[in-house]
Amino acid sequence: MSQLVKSESKYQSAFRNVQSSFSDSQGSWLERLRARAMDRFDEVGLPSVREEEWKYTNLAALAKLDLDPVVISRVEVSAETLKAFTHPELANSQVVLVNGIFQKELSSLAGASEIVAMDLSEAVADSRYGDLIREHLARGADYMQSGLTALNTAFLGSGAFILIPRNVSLEVPLHILCLSDPEGPEMTSMPRVLVVSEENSSATIVETYSATKEGQYFTNVVVEIVLLDGARLEHYRVQRESNSAFHVATTAADLGRGSSYDTTSITLGGRLSRHDINVIMDHEGAECWVDGLYLVSTGQHADTHSMIDHKQPNCSSHQLYKGILDGNSRAVFNGKIFVRHGAQKTDAMQTNKNLLLSPEARVDTKPQLEILADDVKCAHGAAVGQLDEDELFYLGTRGIHAELARNLLTYGFAEEVIGKIKVESIRAQLDEAVLHRLNARLDV
Amino acid sequence: MLEIRNLHTAVEGNEILKGISLTVNKGEVHAIMGPNGSGKSTLAKVLAGHPAYEVTKGEVLYEGKNLLEMPPDERARAGVFMAFQYPIEVPGVSNAQFLRLAYNERRKHLGEEELDPLEFKDLLKERAKIVDMDASFMSRSVNEGFSGGEKKRNEILQMAVLEPRLAILDETDSGLDIDALRVVAGGVNQLHNTENAVILVTHYQRLLNYIVPDYVHVLAGGRIAREGGKELALELEAKGYDWLKTETADSQLNRVAVETGVR
Repeated sequence: MSQLVKSESKYQSAFRNVQSSFSDSQGSWLERLRARAMDRFDEVGLPSVREEEWKYTNLAALAKLDLDPVVISRVEVSAETLKAFTHPELANSQVVLVNGIFQKELSSLAGASEIVAMDLSEAVADSRYGDLIREHLARGADYMQSGLTALNTAFLGSGAFILIPRNVSLEVPLHILCLSDPEGPEMTSMPRVLVVSEENSSATIVETYSATKEGQYFTNVVVEIVLLDGARLEHYRVQRESNSAFHVATTAADLGRGSSYDTTSITLGGRLSRHDINVIMDHEGAECWVDGLYLVSTGQHADTHSMIDHKQPNCSSHQLYKGILDGNSRAVFNGKIFVRHGAQKTDAMQTNKNLLLSPEARVDTKPQLEILADDVKCAHGAAVGQLDEDELFYLGTRGIHAELARNLLTYGFAEEVIGKIKVESIRAQLDEAVLHRLNARLDV
Repeated sequence: MLEIRNLHTAVEGNEILKGISLTVNKGEVHAIMGPNGSGKSTLAKVLAGHPAYEVTKGEVLYEGKNLLEMPPDERARAGVFMAFQYPIEVPGVSNAQFLRLAYNERRKHLGEEELDPLEFKDLLKERAKIVDMDASFMSRSVNEGFSGGEKKRNEILQMAVLEPRLAILDETDSGLDIDALRVVAGGVNQLHNTENAVILVTHYQRLLNYIVPDYVHVLAGGRIAREGGKELALELEAKGYDWLKTETADSQLNRVAVETGVR
C-alpha cells in the first residue's frame, strides 16, 4: 500500500514540474482539464484488484516501479530504425509518435493530403481545429471513470489529431505508429489520439504499438474516435510491445447516425496488457464490428474489457474475440453489451473463443448482456477448449506430423480474426508473427 | 495388402466391432455396407487410426506390418488414406499449401526430394483435372466455405495427390447429387489400378453402379453378416437391411456358406 502511495506522488511531482513545459497558454481550457484530471488521479490512483473491473488484472507490480512520465521527447529515432516498424505502402500516410510525442520529421502525409493529421498540441492552438477538439477531446474517454484515463489526461500535451473531412474517402490506410523507445530503464509514455471522421467520410486507420528495444516501461494510451453521421471507419490495432512492458489502453468510439465502425484488435506483446474498448451507439442506424485476437505465452497477461452500449434503436453490433494461450499465460475477456430502454430493434452478437495450448494457461471469460428493451435480437457465448481431436486426426490422415498439425490448426484458429484485416501488409505481418510464435513455417 | 483378423473395438467402453476378419489384396475394390450403427464407419476410422477407438482384440496387418501400432500420420505416410464423410475445415491454410505439406511428407518418407511450390503447382494442376476442380479452389482455405459436394471432391483430389496404396472412402457418396457422384466416382476409378486397393464404405448401392466392387461385405451389429460379389449389393438394394437382423442369429453358418461360395 505504501508503495502505491509513493508511485502516485511520483506522478504528482512530475505533474507539478512539467506544467510549464506544455506549449498551450496559461489558464486555457486544456490546462484546466489537465488539473481536474490530475485531481481525479490523486483521488483514485491506479486501479486495484479490489475493483470488480480489475479483479483478474493486478497492477501492483506496475505501481511499485518508479516510472517517469515522458512529456517532452528526449530521444531521436532515426529514419533507419523506423524502417523495421513501417510498411512501404503506408510510408506516405503515416503518423509517428515516439514515447507518445508526435514526430513531425518521421511522419508523412504525402499520400493522404485530403486529411488532417498533426500534433494534437499544435492542433489545439490552431484556430481551424481548436473548437472541434474542445468539443470532442476527453468526452468519450471519461477521466472520472478511470484512474488510468485520468493519468493520461493529466499529461495531455503532444499526441495525434486526425481529421477525416466531410465526404472524403481516404484511399490509402493511415498508419499511426506508436513507438516506445525506452529512454532510461523505466518510463511512462502516454500517447493520446483523437480521430474525428466527419459526415459521410470513409477511411482505414492502422494503429500499431512496438518498441525499439526490450525494456520495462509503461504505455498508458487513450484513443478517442468520433464518427459523425454516415461516417465509415475501419480501425486495426496491433499491439506488439516489448515482452517486459506494461501496456494499458482505452479506445472510446462514439458512433453517429448511420455510421459504421469496424475494428479489430490484435494483442501479441506486453508482460501485462489491458485494453478497454468502449463503443457508444447513441444515434440510430449505427453498426459496429468489434473483433480481436490475443495470442500470449509464458509470462504474459492480456486483459480485454469491452463495452458496447446500445442507447438508440436500430443499431447492430457484432463481436468476435479469440484467444490463444500458451505456457503459463493468463487472459481475461470481459465483454458487456448494454441495450438501453427504448433501444428497440437492436441486433447484438458476441462470441469469445479461447484455445488453451498448455495445462498451465488460464483464461477468465465473462460475456455479459444487459437488456432493457423488449424487441431485440441478442446472443452471446464463450468457449474455452483445446484443439479438436477430430481435426487433428484429419490432418494426421494426410501424413502431417502431430506437431505441425497442432500448429496449422492453431494458426487456422487465429486466422478467423486476422483474415478480416484488409490491409495486405499488416495481415501478412501478423500471419508471420503467429507462425513465428508457433515455430511453424508455411511457405507457398 | 491388408489383413484384418478378429478385430474388436470399443469406444468409451461400448463394443462396436465384434470380431471382423477381412483380407484385401492389391488391385481389389471392397465395399463395406450395412445399416446405420452397424460399425462400418468405425471400421474405416480404426483403420485410419482415430484415437477415440480402442482396439480390444484382434490384429490388423498392412503390408505385413502391425498397422495398429502406427499413429495416423505414420499410416498415411505408409500409403493409407481415408476420405472423410465430414471433411474438416482448416481456415487460413490454402488447399495448395495443405496439399504440398502432405505431399512432401510422403515424399520425405519415400526418400524422395520435396517439391517446391512451383513444381507442386504443376502437379496439382494435373491432378485437379481428375476431379474436374477449378484452379480457384487451390488458393481457397482447405474446405472453408466449400459446399458438401466440393468437400467430397476435394477429398478425392487429396487422394489423387497423395496416391495411396490403400484408400478408404467413408460414405463419400453421401450428400452428393448425381453429377457430383459421377465426377467423384470417375476420379476414384481413374486412380484405382492393379497396385492399389480401395475400400468403399457406403450405406447405398448407388455408388457401386459407378465404382464396381470385387467383394461386398455387409456389416450388422459389429459383425460381418453377409459377404459376396457385386450382386450382393443389388440384393440389398432390393430387400433393404431389415432382413439381415433376423438372420444375424445364425450368421455364423451363413458366413461360412457365403465365404465358400465366393472364394
